[in-house]
Amino acid sequence: MSFLRKQESRHRPRKSGELIKGIRFLHSQKTLDSHFRGNDRIKGIRYMKKLHCISELKELRQRLEKETFKPDTLRARVCCGTACTATGAYKVIDSFKHEASERSVELEIVKTGCQGLCQKGPILKIEPADIFYQRTKPANVPLIMSYSILGNMPYRQGLYRDDILSEPVILMDEVPFYKKQMRLALRNNGKIDPCNISHYLAVGGYAALEKTLSSMSSDDVLEEVKKANLRGRGGAGFPAGRKWEHTKKAPGSIKLVIANGDEGDPGAFMDRSIMEGDPHNLLEGMMLCAYAIGAQYGLIYVRHEYPLAVKNLGIAIKQAEELGILGKNILGTDFSFIVDIREGAGAFVCGESTALVASIEGERGFPRTRPPRLSEPGGGPWGYPSNLNNIESYACVPVIVERGADYFLSIGTSTSPGTKVFALTGMVKNTGLVEVPMGITLREIIFEIGGGILGNKKFKAVQTGGPSGGCIPEKHLDLPVDFDSLVSVGSMMGSGGMVVMDENNCMVDVAKFFLSFTQSESCGKCPPCRIGTYQMLEILKRITSGEGQPGDIKKLEELGKKVVVGSLCGLGSGAPNPVLTTIKYFREEYEEHIKDKYCRAKVCSGLGMFRIENEECFLCGLCKQACAFNAVKELRNKFFIDQDYCTKCKACYIACPIGAVKVEKQPKKTVDSRQ
Amino acid sequence: MNLKVDEMIGHISVELSDSQKKRGILIYAFQKIQKEYNYLPGDVLNTLSHKLNVPLSDVYSTASFYKQFYFTPRGKKIVRVCTGTACHVRGADNVLHKIEDEFNIEPGETTSDLEMTLETVGCIGCCGLAPVATINDDIIGEIDMKKIDEIIEIIKQGKAVSSHK
Repeated sequence: MSFLRKQESRHRPRKSGELIKGIRFLHSQKTLDSHFRGNDRIKGIRYMKKLHCISELKELRQRLEKETFKPDTLRARVCCGTACTATGAYKVIDSFKHEASERSVELEIVKTGCQGLCQKGPILKIEPADIFYQRTKPANVPLIMSYSILGNMPYRQGLYRDDILSEPVILMDEVPFYKKQMRLALRNNGKIDPCNISHYLAVGGYAALEKTLSSMSSDDVLEEVKKANLRGRGGAGFPAGRKWEHTKKAPGSIKLVIANGDEGDPGAFMDRSIMEGDPHNLLEGMMLCAYAIGAQYGLIYVRHEYPLAVKNLGIAIKQAEELGILGKNILGTDFSFIVDIREGAGAFVCGESTALVASIEGERGFPRTRPPRLSEPGGGPWGYPSNLNNIESYACVPVIVERGADYFLSIGTSTSPGTKVFALTGMVKNTGLVEVPMGITLREIIFEIGGGILGNKKFKAVQTGGPSGGCIPEKHLDLPVDFDSLVSVGSMMGSGGMVVMDENNCMVDVAKFFLSFTQSESCGKCPPCRIGTYQMLEILKRITSGEGQPGDIKKLEELGKKVVVGSLCGLGSGAPNPVLTTIKYFREEYEEHIKDKYCRAKVCSGLGMFRIENEECFLCGLCKQACAFNAVKELRNKFFIDQDYCTKCKACYIACPIGAVKVEKQPKKTVDSRQ
Repeated sequence: MNLKVDEMIGHISVELSDSQKKRGILIYAFQKIQKEYNYLPGDVLNTLSHKLNVPLSDVYSTASFYKQFYFTPRGKKIVRVCTGTACHVRGADNVLHKIEDEFNIEPGETTSDLEMTLETVGCIGCCGLAPVATINDDIIGEIDMKKIDEIIEIIKQGKAVSSHK
């Protein structure tokens, strides 16, 4: 029977709202004829007719606003971000399609970009009932289908709940993770299919472009961005408007707009989510910048670890070109702009502006001295003046232009308006992508949005700003987050990585981790960075393996300051930051490592004294098996560790299933007076 | 080797000189070569150097700067263990050590039968699922002791990882 239905559908004209292979047909036959060349879906791209003037774009958008995402349509918005894909989002989609065709239900499935709550993936939203599901398994799909799609009722087991004792939450906005968020840069993530330009248009996309081309001069756009005081989201927080103005004033007729998507910070994935989940937003932001500064060419530099971002951006550029939104004489005006993608090749330093330019030109990614800045002649790729901003900065521009600078200024703090996307990771219950207004406190982000520390352990520190940032201790938790406040406590905004650490993380080890990252990523141009970070790392390795010497902390501080001063680019001058801030706030841990040979978080091996707690031990003997040095000795009714043989390798500590192996401070050595 | 310089450098080609274009596609060319051969063979780089009119020393200088490129053949399965911050604090080291011990190789090395290459990566942006590893393009998240054994099994048996698509 179903076979017959399929056969039939191939031959007759398609009606609006009809379901074909699980993809709902959204447009009336009239729209189809006028705007789409049939239903050609080649590699996910729907071919569209080119637009020739601004009013045609307006008309198309108004039509799509009406026809796409109708409120009464049964719909599932499934997150297909990298994390949810890894947890099986596509399997869930397959079973939704299967169920829909089995039950002959018209179900529209929207494969959205990252919705943020990566920890609980795959996540999805059922409409019109507006029910939010987390950790969805294909086996739950038939139940979700019966309860929520056909019955308008929540399926309790799939809902979000804080813990098993609390009531489940039905609506997405009620989930604590989303409650305090405010989405500007990520406004379309979770709503639209990134590979479908009509979805972007349907949620008001390219409206800012339309407004600009029809009623604003290039100076107006620049003034608006300047007035909004948009500060660069890549880390330093330099006002984007001033950068744009500088590039605009530079002599020369050829100018470039470059988007920096070389997001190399470990623990940060804001830019990736925008590039994957809402590529048209980035393109629109870049176009507005190009219009304001008079640029003709755009480049998006994407990190090579992000293949999906490259793919989605490629599709988006192709669609925009076909629609006449990108290319020569955009929408019949004399504004021309075209975008290319450049893939990085795995060098962290290429996130630095001058190194990025070198990489685009096909050279080694070495930073160079400035001036010339990128915005000056001779500074950008092949000498053309260029404006370089972070992906997230561009993503904020359409909102500013469309809704006005005053709207943007009304959000956030006076010195840092707007919102900021953070990648909240580490030892928090809800990890994922959060976008919050500036000025929110760290406590709100970590304990309300993040849901507190995993396993109800004690909070120790939060690391912001990636490898160049610093660790912020508990006493600064009520600090309102913006560019300046983070700098005042010795850290920085960075691109927005936020790694939470609990009492089981050793701060010396964390400092060592960051330093080993920057040390290996140092390009080697400036000796203070190349040699200084190496020497600092050697000292840290010594401290964490129990061979720290008095005076090491002072050496670290001195060396760190010299590396900061003696390095050319941000990588070197930020590299000692994690070490310096951990020394500043957690000096007692360093001293403990050096003097007492003890790591309170029990992370570093080679420190402390190992002892088996006989009260807790249930004589399984795993510690004895694990010990490679025969230091664990067995008596008739107990095990004990022979300190003479023990190398403090922690094997027994890891092997013990109930934590009966204890690491303690070594007793102070006393001279026996009787000898 | 078929190099379409103008196509590879993109729309900006009209503004560039011939030598700028040829130099500009160098990294892209490496990526293409590596995709085809799995590494950068010396003779191919030699040909590339002649075709692009870039000295061979410069070709090597650029290729060796970037972490993505390899001068020795690599295994069929590339196992990348993420050692980014989020994975680090959630125990990526344990994952790495277990795989190291199992196959007796260090990160960056390939097993002698060219079956598997072990690497570490700074961050794959899946911090929500830490600790994370990838086998070729498939991402495996929330690795605990049980899952490591599964991963080792997958690597050994040569089965495709059960994931999307």
